[in-house]
Amino acid sequence: MSKLYALTVLLLGLGLAVPAAQAATLDEVRERGHLRCGVSQGLPGFSTPAGGQWSGLDVDFCRAVAAAVLGDAQKVAFTPLSAKERFTALQSGEIDLLSRNTTWTATRDTALGFNFAGVIFYDGQGFMVRKELGIDSARQLSGATLCANSGTTTELNMADYFRANGMEYRPVVFEKSDEVIAAYDSGRCDVYTTDTSGLYAQRIKLKNPEAHVILPEIISKEPLGPLVRQGDDQWFNIVKWTLFAMVNAEELGVNSANVAQMHGSDNPKVRRLLGADGSIGRNLGLEAGWTRAVISQMGNYGELYQRNLAAEPLNIPRGQNRLWTDGGLMYAPPFR
Amino acid sequence: MARRHTPFGAAPRTPRWRDPRTRALVFQVVLLGAVALGIGWIVNNTLSNLARQGIASGLGFWGEDAGFGIIMSLIEYSEAASYGRAFLVGLLNTLLVSALGILLATLLGLVIGIARLSPNWLLRRLAAAYIETFRNIPLLLAIFFWYFAVLRSLPHPRHSIDLFGLAYLSNRGVYLPQPVLGGGPGWLIAGLILGVLAVLALHRWTRRRRNAGRPLPVYPLWLGIAFILPPAVLLAAGGLSWSLPALRGFNFQGGMGLIPEFVALLLALSIYTAAFVAEIVRAGIESVARGQQEAASALGLNRRQSLRLVVLPQAMRVIVPPLTNQYLNLTKNSSLAAAIAYPDLVSVFAGTVLNQTGQAVEVISITMAVYLTISLLIALAMNLYNRRTEWGVRR
Repeated sequence: MSKLYALTVLLLGLGLAVPAAQAATLDEVRERGHLRCGVSQGLPGFSTPAGGQWSGLDVDFCRAVAAAVLGDAQKVAFTPLSAKERFTALQSGEIDLLSRNTTWTATRDTALGFNFAGVIFYDGQGFMVRKELGIDSARQLSGATLCANSGTTTELNMADYFRANGMEYRPVVFEKSDEVIAAYDSGRCDVYTTDTSGLYAQRIKLKNPEAHVILPEIISKEPLGPLVRQGDDQWFNIVKWTLFAMVNAEELGVNSANVAQMHGSDNPKVRRLLGADGSIGRNLGLEAGWTRAVISQMGNYGELYQRNLAAEPLNIPRGQNRLWTDGGLMYAPPFR
Repeated sequence: MARRHTPFGAAPRTPRWRDPRTRALVFQVVLLGAVALGIGWIVNNTLSNLARQGIASGLGFWGEDAGFGIIMSLIEYSEAASYGRAFLVGLLNTLLVSALGILLATLLGLVIGIARLSPNWLLRRLAAAYIETFRNIPLLLAIFFWYFAVLRSLPHPRHSIDLFGLAYLSNRGVYLPQPVLGGGPGWLIAGLILGVLAVLALHRWTRRRRNAGRPLPVYPLWLGIAFILPPAVLLAAGGLSWSLPALRGFNFQGGMGLIPEFVALLLALSIYTAAFVAEIVRAGIESVARGQQEAASALGLNRRQSLRLVVLPQAMRVIVPPLTNQYLNLTKNSSLAAAIAYPDLVSVFAGTVLNQTGQAVEVISITMAVYLTISLLIALAMNLYNRRTEWGVRR
């Protein structure tokens, strides 16, 4: 028994012992020559492995960070993680960055030892049902069976919503998104619930996407964003400002096509963003041209959105993810 | 002569450092010290890393509100219950599926193991086919087969298979009529005690009759007492009514519902383990010397009697130790439940609770300790039983 206990502690300890040896994440990534990024196992628009190549908004953000740090967006090793595995992977130092449609919550930010680098997608939880049920509001769902992912904010929100409205429900929770959608498609559940973006993304995987409708109620705030381990401020700043650089670039009209000529712009805001003036890059410990690498290789935030979410087959309207100048919520602190 | 003479028969004195007992002691102390140091280093390292990364630790989460729902619980549970309560729900679900699985696998395995040795060619072949098929399919696949291929292809509740208006089969599960007891649990317990007393009395009486050479068909009587007496007492005390399942809204209401996740897991676990149990039973029976059976038939016992009274009791001491192993395996295998959303300990506690709290070290340690405890308890029970069946060896 004591041997087993020792082994237990040993195995658990080893997992956590790794980051102790870590110096600054930046140095480690540079030395290794590639970024290790945790993404979801397959969510169209956010991260999908198609033909051996990952694509999606979350994936593109990993590439943007690789471009900022290593100058090459292709130098990323992707680790597909389930909702259940993701936090341990980051805590244990298995990955440098978690970019996996993860909701920014107080507990995760404070008790789990993470720092959220900002919001890359403003989302909210919704419900999808079969059209043949003739339901047009989530208020009519009392007694329904709901399929969801285990260990997510989704699971808690649905409990909150049904409790708050005095309705009954039966939760069937799976670890993998693919199992959830398969269970819903085969009729095990009446309702599929996750973030609205996920509903749109998963709907195209159904046998007959036209037969399903997404209900109008949005029952929660789900600000999704990339996150890093606490305790490495430099790395946290790099990830945070990579995101801000892409949002600011869109606001200033800098995109992947014009970034080379914009470098010679007279606009001081553009000059500071692209590293022609100022020392922001150096302060972060990066090359002066780090934002140029990000924008020329990956594009600005609008390009990322257009490419991954607004295009066929997802067609997710930009909605609250428009820039603040267009009435949306996307607002990045200035490069100054 | 310089050579020292030792008296005949006395061993030469060995220096202390070459004494095997001293050396063994020293090695053990050194090893113990190294292990203790290793553990200390690991614990210290884990704690300091947790602290450095700002990860909360400790068991403070135990009493906090869980906030999530669980589809099946044997005890009262709601979203407002604590994480500790959620742990208990998961644990009981694990124990339920394991206990029923062990029961079904034993019965099925016993029947198939005996059939495997039947003089009937067809029966023997069928049993062999069963064993070879299910023993060689990975358990996870078997679980997926029952869940996705069999139970999922059942119709939607609105078109469910109706069994005489009493039970319904659909892809939401099996709905059965549920007995509603009028008299309360006290009467049920009274009935059970009465049943046990009746069985004991019967046992004494039949033994006397058997010794007198007038045996009674005793098993049907036992079953009758066990299954009829307690409900009869209950019925007499407060009456019994039935809650029938009926389709209302999205799903069936009332009655007793078995969710497909539970049914699939139970079927897969029992059918899979039964194949191994059958082989163990066969090995046990074959280990009993042929002469025993011949002697039994020479005494005039028929095949069933010789199996039950002569062969199986002797086979048990070969059967029990590997059977214990199968019971442990079945219990541990029940953790595959997480793959099909059955809310067992791993799914609820090491899955959802771990994720909501982020307390990986604590939650995983507790889960491992629980499985260890269950396994040790099963092993203990089986070893106690084994000691009773060892009479053939000790006498």
